[in-house]
Amino acid sequence: MDVVTLSQIQFAVTTIYHFFFVPLTLGLAVLVAIMETFYVRTNNEMYKRMTKFWGKLFLINFAMGVVTGIVQEFQFGMNWSEYSRFVGDVFGAPLAIEALLAFFLESTFLGFWIFSWERVSKRLHLAAIWLVAIGSSLSALWILIANSFMQQPAGFTIENGRAVMTSFAALIQNPNVWVQFPHVIFSGFTTAAFFVMGISAYHLLRGKTDVFKRSFQIAAVFGSISILLVILVGHSQAQHMVQTQPMKMAAAEALWDTADPASLSIFTITNQETGETPVDLRIPKVLSLLSYNRLSGRVMGMNDLQAEYEQKYGAGNYIPSIFINYWAFRIMVGVGFLMFAIAAYAIFNVLKNKPDGKFKFLGLFPFFIVLPYLSNSTGWVLTEMGRQPWVVYGLLKTKDAFSPNLTPGMVLTSLIGFTLVYGLLLVADVYLLAKYAKAGVEPAQEKARRSTDEEAYWE
Amino acid sequence: MELNVLWFILIAVLYIGYFVLEGFDFGVGILLPFLGKTDLKRRVMINTIGPHWDGNEVWLLTAGGATFAAFPQWYATLFSGFYLPLFLMLIALIVRGVAFEFRGKDDNPRWRALWDGCIFFGSLIPALLWGVAFTNFVKGVPIDANMMYTGGFWNLLNPFALLGGVVAVLAFTLHGAIFLTLKTEEEISTPARKIANRLWIPLMLALLAYTVALYLTTDVLNKLGWNPGVVPVFTVITFLVTGWFLRQKRDGWSFVFMAVSIAMAVITIFRILFPSVLVSSIDPAYSLTIYNSSSSDYTLSVMSKIALFFVPIVLAYQGWTYWVFRKRVRSNPQELHY
Repeated sequence: MDVVTLSQIQFAVTTIYHFFFVPLTLGLAVLVAIMETFYVRTNNEMYKRMTKFWGKLFLINFAMGVVTGIVQEFQFGMNWSEYSRFVGDVFGAPLAIEALLAFFLESTFLGFWIFSWERVSKRLHLAAIWLVAIGSSLSALWILIANSFMQQPAGFTIENGRAVMTSFAALIQNPNVWVQFPHVIFSGFTTAAFFVMGISAYHLLRGKTDVFKRSFQIAAVFGSISILLVILVGHSQAQHMVQTQPMKMAAAEALWDTADPASLSIFTITNQETGETPVDLRIPKVLSLLSYNRLSGRVMGMNDLQAEYEQKYGAGNYIPSIFINYWAFRIMVGVGFLMFAIAAYAIFNVLKNKPDGKFKFLGLFPFFIVLPYLSNSTGWVLTEMGRQPWVVYGLLKTKDAFSPNLTPGMVLTSLIGFTLVYGLLLVADVYLLAKYAKAGVEPAQEKARRSTDEEAYWE
Repeated sequence: MELNVLWFILIAVLYIGYFVLEGFDFGVGILLPFLGKTDLKRRVMINTIGPHWDGNEVWLLTAGGATFAAFPQWYATLFSGFYLPLFLMLIALIVRGVAFEFRGKDDNPRWRALWDGCIFFGSLIPALLWGVAFTNFVKGVPIDANMMYTGGFWNLLNPFALLGGVVAVLAFTLHGAIFLTLKTEEEISTPARKIANRLWIPLMLALLAYTVALYLTTDVLNKLGWNPGVVPVFTVITFLVTGWFLRQKRDGWSFVFMAVSIAMAVITIFRILFPSVLVSSIDPAYSLTIYNSSSSDYTLSVMSKIALFFVPIVLAYQGWTYWVFRKRVRSNPQELHY
C-alpha cells in the first residue's frame, strides 16, 4: 500500500478511536456539573455521592480522550504535510485557539476539581466542574470551526497555491459550523445520557435505588431533549449538505440520476464500478421532502455531478465510496431514531415514578450504551468519507495532501504501533469502566476503610 | 514589533512554559523507581504532580497549535521530518498520561507495576527525545530546496543529539528531584535532595561536553563570539546558583533557579536559531526562517490579539492552582484519606 492509503487508514483509526471518548467527555462533564449543582443547592449528600461516582467514570474516560487528542493535533503535520502547508494559514488558527482557550481550561480545572473536594468552598469546587464542561464544549467548537473549513471553505483566498485567510469572522461564521457544532454537542450529551441510563439500569435491577434512581431520571430528561435536538439539527445539516456537498448526499442515497422529485432509498444495492443497481427499494418524493421541506425539488445524482465536477475541476473520479457512505448514513440515522424512541420510553417510565425505579425492558438499557457510539462513529465516517476525493472540499484532493518524505514502511510502523497501543488501552479502559460502574457508589459513612487508601486521595 | 518576531518569541515562551513545568513532572516520573520504593511512596510522588501534569502538557499542545497557525511550513517540515521520533514520543506521552489515571484504580500489584513502568518510560523517552530534537534544531538537519526533510530516522539520533538527550534527561530529573524536596515530607524529600545533589555535577559535566560539541560541530559559538550576551551567561550563573542553594538545603530557591536556568537554556537555543527555525545542513539558503515559513500578516495579527489577551489569563489561573496546591503532599496514610 502507498503512503496516502496507509496515512488515511491511520487517520481513520486514530480519529474514530479518539471520538470514542470525546462525546462522553462532552456530555458527562455537563451531567456531572448538573449533579454537583444539585448537591450545592440542596446540600443533600446523596448528590455528592452521585457526583463522585459519575465523576470517577468521567475521569477514566477523560484521560483517554486527552492522550489520544495529542495525536490528533500532531498528525496533520506528520502525515499530511502538504495539507498543512496548503491550509496552515487558515486551519492552524482555530487549532491553536482550541489549545489556548479550551485545553488549558479543561485540564487545569479538572486537575483542580479532582484534588480540591475538601480543600476549597463548595461553590468554587462547583465552578471548577462547570469550567471543565465549558472548556470541553469550547474545544468542540474550535475543532469544528477547523473541520468546517474542510467541508465548506470560507473566509480565504488562494495565493501562490496556498489558502490564505482573509476574514477570521467568515471562518467562524461559516454556516457549516452552526449546523455541525450543535449536532456534535447534542450527540455528546446523548452519549452521556445513554451511558448514565445504562449503568443506572444495571444497579436499579439489583435494587440499588439510592443514587441510581435519581441518576436515571436526570439522564432520561437530559437525553431525550438532546436526542431530539440531534435529530432536528441533523435534518438542517442534511439540507445544508444537499446545497454545499451534493455528492455526499447522492452517495449516501445511492442516487445515480438527478431526480425531481427525488425518492428516498430504503434498501439499495449498487455496483460502484458499473453503476448497475440490482436492488433499489425507494419511497417516492421523500428525499425531496427531506431536502426542501416540500414534495418537489431537484436532488442531483452522482452521474450529473461527476460530469459537472469533471468540467469544473478536470478529469478524475469524484464519486466517494457509495457502500460506505450509504450504510454509514443509514446506521447513523436509524440508530438516532431508535435512541429517540428509547429516550421517549425512558421518560414515559420516569414520569410514572415507581418507588424502585424498575420498569419493563430496563434490563436492555445497559446494552443500549453501545448505540450512541455507533451513530457517533458512522456520523464521522459519512462526514469525512463522503467528502472524498477532497480533503478540503473543491480545493485540495486527499492524494495531494500527504507527506512526500514518508515511506510506506514508516507509516506502517506507526499505524501498527498506534493500533496495538490503542487496542491494549481500550481493554484496560473498558475493564476499569466496567469495574467502577459495577462497584457502584461508595457507602455514605465508611470513607476510611481501606488500608492503603490512596485512591480516596486520587478522587 | 514585527509579527513574525512576536510569534517566534511567543512560541519560545510556550516551550519555556512546557519545559519548566512538564520538566519537573518528567523528572518525578523518571525518579519514580528510584525514590518510590514502596507503593505508598510512589503514590505520594505521583500526587505531587497529579493536579498539574495535564495542564502542563497543554503547553506542548499549544506550542504545536501555535506553530501550525503562525508558521505552517515549520510545522509541516518538522512534524513530517521527525516522524518516527515524534511517533515514539506520542506513544510515550499516551501511555504515561493514561498511567497516571489508571494505576491507582486497581489493587493488583502487577497492574500497578505495569503502569508505573509506563510512567517511568513515558517520562524518560520524551525527555530524551526533546533533547535530541532541540540539538538537531541547532545543529541543522538535511532539508532540501522544497522545505522537505530528506534524512532518515538515524540521522536524528546522531551522537551529538544523543548527548543533548542526556543533558535534557539529567536536567529534568534534577528539576523533578528539587520539586519533590518542596512537595513531600522527609521520607521522600531527604533522599530527593541527596539525588539532586548527586545529579548536579554530572549535569554540569554533560553541559560542558555539550558546549564543546556545539563548538566542534557548528559555528554558532563563533557567531556568538566572546561576548555572547546576557542570556547564555545568565544560564550558566543561574545553574551554578542552583547548585549552591541545593547544598544550602534552600529548596525553594534552588527550584526557582533551576526553573530559571531551564528557561534561560531554552531562550539561548531560540536566540541561536533566530531568525531560522529549522536549519538546513545541505545549504543554509534552504533553512526555514520566521519569514519564509510564516502565515500571512492577517492571520498573524488576528492570532496576536487572541494570544496577547488569553495567555495572561491562562497564566493567572494556572498559577492560581499551583498556589492552591502549594502544600506538601503528606506520606502519612491517614492524611491521604479524605
